[in-house]
Amino acid sequence: MNELTRRDFIRKGSISMAGMAILPSFLSMGCNQLTEQSGLDEYLAHFNVDKEMLQKVMKLALSRGGDYCDLFFEHSLSNSVSLQDKEVNRAYSSIDFGMGVRVLKGDQTGYAYTEDVSLEAMLKVAKTAASIANETKKYPSIDLTEKTHPNYYKFQTSWEKISIEQKIPYLKKLNDKVFALDKRVDKVQVSLSDETTYMLFANSEGIITYDYRPVFSLSSSCVLIDGDKKEDFRSSRSFRSGYDVLNENMLDEMAKEAVEGAKRQFKAGKPKAGEMPVVLAAGSSGILLHEAIGHAFEADFNRKKTSIFSDKMGKNVAKDFVTIVDDGTNPNVRGSINIDDEGVDVQKTNLVENGILTSYIHDRISAKHYKVAPTGNGRRESFRHNPVPRMRNTYMENGPHTKEEIISSVKDGIFVDNFTNGEVQIGAGDFTFYVKSGYIIENGKITKPIKDINLIGNGPEALGEIEMVANDFAMDNGTWTCGKSGQSVPVSLGLPTIKVGKLTVGGVNG
Amino acid sequence: MKNKEKMELAHWAVEIALKNGAKEASVSIDEAIQSEIEIREQKLEKIQESIESGLYIKLFVEGKYSSHSTNRLNKNELERFIKEAILGTKYLAEDKDRSLPDYGICYHGDKRDLKLYDSSYDQVDPQDKIALAKAVEAETMGMDDRIITVSGSYGDVLYRSYKVMSNGMEGFNEATSYYVSAGASVKGKDSRPSSGHFMSSRFWKEMNAEGVGKIAVERALEKIGAKKIKSAKMDMLIENRSVGRVFYSLLAPLYGYNIQQKRSFLEGKIGQKIASDLLTITDNPFIESGRNSRLYDGEGLAAKKMSVIENGVLKSYYISDYYGKKLEMQPTTGYPSNLLFKLGDKDRNALVKSMKEGILVTGFNGGNSNSATGDFSVGVEGFYVKNGIIQHPVSGMNITGNHKELWNQLVAVGNDPLTDRSWQTPSLLFEGIDFSGL
Repeated sequence: MNELTRRDFIRKGSISMAGMAILPSFLSMGCNQLTEQSGLDEYLAHFNVDKEMLQKVMKLALSRGGDYCDLFFEHSLSNSVSLQDKEVNRAYSSIDFGMGVRVLKGDQTGYAYTEDVSLEAMLKVAKTAASIANETKKYPSIDLTEKTHPNYYKFQTSWEKISIEQKIPYLKKLNDKVFALDKRVDKVQVSLSDETTYMLFANSEGIITYDYRPVFSLSSSCVLIDGDKKEDFRSSRSFRSGYDVLNENMLDEMAKEAVEGAKRQFKAGKPKAGEMPVVLAAGSSGILLHEAIGHAFEADFNRKKTSIFSDKMGKNVAKDFVTIVDDGTNPNVRGSINIDDEGVDVQKTNLVENGILTSYIHDRISAKHYKVAPTGNGRRESFRHNPVPRMRNTYMENGPHTKEEIISSVKDGIFVDNFTNGEVQIGAGDFTFYVKSGYIIENGKITKPIKDINLIGNGPEALGEIEMVANDFAMDNGTWTCGKSGQSVPVSLGLPTIKVGKLTVGGVNG
Repeated sequence: MKNKEKMELAHWAVEIALKNGAKEASVSIDEAIQSEIEIREQKLEKIQESIESGLYIKLFVEGKYSSHSTNRLNKNELERFIKEAILGTKYLAEDKDRSLPDYGICYHGDKRDLKLYDSSYDQVDPQDKIALAKAVEAETMGMDDRIITVSGSYGDVLYRSYKVMSNGMEGFNEATSYYVSAGASVKGKDSRPSSGHFMSSRFWKEMNAEGVGKIAVERALEKIGAKKIKSAKMDMLIENRSVGRVFYSLLAPLYGYNIQQKRSFLEGKIGQKIASDLLTITDNPFIESGRNSRLYDGEGLAAKKMSVIENGVLKSYYISDYYGKKLEMQPTTGYPSNLLFKLGDKDRNALVKSMKEGILVTGFNGGNSNSATGDFSVGVEGFYVKNGIIQHPVSGMNITGNHKELWNQLVAVGNDPLTDRSWQTPSLLFEGIDFSGL
């Protein structure tokens, strides 16, 4: 998982004319422009399809004996506008449009996609996807019934209504605020990105549904120079929301985070190398859960028995005050989705409940394999990919301790509070996350700052080593992006302050 | 084969941009045809096929710059898209350094054949592709009782790109690529180690799955029983296939973007010693069938062979035309092509024998590097070596340090480069590395 400064999906600069957002619409296709209020008929019209066409495509997709098929239509509009060297002088925008056909036969997947949604093109890809199965079978016609879902993206003004002219002042303000905070600020970069995705979905179970998905991201980074030393730091915010999420307070917080972070780095050193207790601050330390257990709980790995947690369902894996969830329903949080990419309702899924492993992270294939209900974790980067089990917002519930109790319990260890990226080896269980900044703890007190160190541990061991959990849970709203099987999806994470008995800390010897 | 209509569409898009107010424009139209197959237990686990194309345009309008992409290639939609993009660009601030590169340094139609394209791509029987993926898994069956699962994969891609710039540059390239890979997972005492292996070629006739599955399984089995050892300063031998992960952190500070944005610890170091005498690296875009071979780069600059580091002395940065203008430096190219190392005289195993005490690193886990300061810290796995003999596998350890020192700690370069990669890294031996473990 990487917290990236320049994401693939943050492709692009806003385009505007006379103060109006005029991202290209498809008038020449006879398509309408969708809004967050649009209904099913408008979505069908937007993609220039009707139920009868979808039924024909599904019939062909299942003609070789597949058990299940789904059709996923997507139209994404992305914009980004950026500041470098004190000027908002670059922008990027992109349009991506297409549909994919997936056919399942047991655990097997046939997938093909097209950028052309004519019936002829869709039938061609349906035929390719169908080839995963190899029988002759006739299916009765599929009746499609609209499935509704809750809305977790609450906002007043959609990004499509906002011109580039309205965005530019925010970038300049954030730049000015960063420069104003310290004379040593030498370089600042700011980027504001928004993406709106229209998704239409139908499957052979007779579901037809749609979703309007916004994602907004703002990031700032700065380089401070002091004599012959330089240090950099970054801050970011990302939400599934509209323009109304942007405010002065957010800019102030981000400027302060970036500058204070960089200032602290000048005084930071490296800790000693080796195993020691690690206190993880509330918020972005949730990366621990994402890497240490989240990926290893994804049921495709468990179905294939390649995860270190494959034989631990129902077993005690942590102390009884540890409850870990993967939740797709947090309003406006980056990893939330109204409905997953397989037409399954999202939910708050307890992965570990009072110390017991209670659920894996499922898509349709793994849920069927384990004979459980899917958990709404079937996600895909775009129509170019088949869905696989993915995390949404992964976090730990509050526990019985306080932050102060936790820090004062550590004689010789570290406190960490800012991270850039992590990784895990599913089978061996070894996970890592990279600490941008933290402190040494000596005799229960936070002392010297530390920077740029990697922490490494083993998933099941670290979970068992969670010795204390505080009551100060915080969700992190940074631009977290999770990569798996060549697909990137937005996620979030959170944690109360916790203490892990031991992790291996990158550092110096002697 | 070059599609005349696609090239005409690229010219048309440039003309539409100029007609509607752009002073200059650059257009690329990229196409890709791909297929992927995954086999498990000799059954198809997944099959995927796709054809896609997209247009990418850079616009230079009234001294301002923006770029845009779309996969809607209908002319009516494209015209509207370009017009709107030009209007939007006008809201941005001027940037005096934004303009197309001078035609003199761009690609002028060099016709040399880099042997990147296999004309038999369309004729490969899909059943032969499936057979290749099955063969990857088949050779591992019955190999060891501890195997949990092995997946065999096959993939191919045919890529075509048409480039037209308003300064007169026109380019076309097409390339094919095929690969087979194996992912193996095995049962250890209380963990399930995994590993992988792959081979690739630009030509179907060179594809051969033999050994791919077996090597993946052997590498996974070797990891069983891995343990952490005590933290210490020791030698580190990085196996050729893993070198890229650390080497990337030496390359990033060479990019013009990082230098201009003060995010490079190698700023102002041209002509200075930044590494051991043993490190000599050449960027060669003209290697036949090379994985990153090219006649021009993304900005249309004509490709050139260049020395990057010579006997430890930094010779070149990666300077794009834009950052060259900002930095008032001659552009080279914005990013590497194929990288070749000056080789030593020992392979990985011979280098192991030369180690007194240290770790042979065969894989990295997470970690990062700060390109502004050179600080790095990365998770490692591999084997503990004592008196030239591998003792046992290790995992769950970190290496930590600074790149300013690391490359001066290089004491041997292997003779075992990975010739089927764009970065043809050999194994590298370093001394005095800080390992964190118990």
